[in-house]
Amino acid sequence: MRTGAVYTETVIYSAPEAFLNEAPYQTAIITLDGGGRVTARIHGARVAIGDRVAEIESRGGVPCFRKAE
Amino acid sequence: MRPVAVIGAGKTPFGAFPDRDLRSLAVEAGEKALRDAHAAPSQIESFYLGNFSGPAFVGQNHLAPYISTALGIQGVPSTRIEAACASSGSAFYHAWAEVAAGIHDIVMVTGVEKMTSQSTARVSEILAEAGDCSGEMKAGNTFASLFAMIARRHMHDFGTKKEHLAAVSVKNHDNGALNPEAHMRKAITMEQALNGKPIADPLNIYDCSLISDGAAAVILAPLDRAREFTEKPVRVLGIAQASDYVALDQKEDITTFPAVRRAGEKAYRMAGVTAADIQFAELHDCFTIAEIVASEDLGFVARGEGGPYALEGCTRRDGARPINPSGGLKSKGHPVGATGAAQICELVAQIRGEAGDRQLARHALGLAENLGGSGATCVVSILGAA
Repeated sequence: MRTGAVYTETVIYSAPEAFLNEAPYQTAIITLDGGGRVTARIHGARVAIGDRVAEIESRGGVPCFRKAE
Repeated sequence: MRPVAVIGAGKTPFGAFPDRDLRSLAVEAGEKALRDAHAAPSQIESFYLGNFSGPAFVGQNHLAPYISTALGIQGVPSTRIEAACASSGSAFYHAWAEVAAGIHDIVMVTGVEKMTSQSTARVSEILAEAGDCSGEMKAGNTFASLFAMIARRHMHDFGTKKEHLAAVSVKNHDNGALNPEAHMRKAITMEQALNGKPIADPLNIYDCSLISDGAAAVILAPLDRAREFTEKPVRVLGIAQASDYVALDQKEDITTFPAVRRAGEKAYRMAGVTAADIQFAELHDCFTIAEIVASEDLGFVARGEGGPYALEGCTRRDGARPINPSGGLKSKGHPVGATGAAQICELVAQIRGEAGDRQLARHALGLAENLGGSGATCVVSILGAA
């Protein structure tokens, strides 16, 4: 699974129709250790810019990351 | 290339109009522009429509001839341009190019969007189609959250604060309160702006533009024919359109919009002016951070200083270079496909000295910046008295 650092993030309170039941939730753009960036959903604890994160799964084609130990 | 002038402009009020349909709004704006130009529909040689998502918002496609024929414009090329929230800015650019190139003389641009018949959640979903639906939007983002991520990084890199964002909102509401055609004619306090309902951190409801219905139209002609139509032609001195990645995660640095920089530089060069010469501007404040970043990318202020620039009052009506005297997308409203054309209408009104209570003291040279998506399209137009 991929690892990286948080480039930017937000917590979404006003969600689009398809995600209404999940709000509030956090999304982030991750700078990957292998190069490039990916937009991901953050699970678990909230993350801030610079935090190390690791991918935990891909759910419906959406990469999900959480704060690295 | 031939010099080009705006010979007529007209728009509907912006707001939530449950009894109006998309076509009637577009026709009202078009007819006002025709009257303003003392022109007949039969004189229009080509028609451009800026519209983002009529098919999703109101279930109607093939919109350009649907609207031009309703205006009595028959038989001529009738073309819809879709470039997200820069749709009618781009339509204006393409209409300008036709006139400048000598393909046609009298060309009309109309922008329209009818948004309020859908729920806010559904509107968010439709607008999200202007982002990368295979990546960023699939993860649950909205346009507010993409601009929230831009704001977050801008705060991290430059020390921009929530007070800076709020200053943009307070100022634009202050201006919109003087605009009889604005959607939300209401001044707000700094405290209100800082404590609105959270939308996507760090943006709250007062950082976000409005979901509106409305239309705007302008008519272009070669400068040497402009006075056949109007005593007050307004010249298109510089104009450019530029593009960039649709997905935010493909950009190297999200605190700047390369398409805004590129379109701005080209428009300045064409007009033979610099940022310092611009007396006022309509900038695309879809979110407060977007106005701050645009003021930097257009060279009004150095990188990272857009926040303090707004907070210190430089962009107020009585400041050194007023930004969004119309109230901007924040207060005037943001029927997305109409926004670019409406910005041109405001430039025309100010340059002619016809902006009423919100008329600026220095109004000879104005700039409009119309942004699509999170910066994938930008059109910059510089207008001045002919």
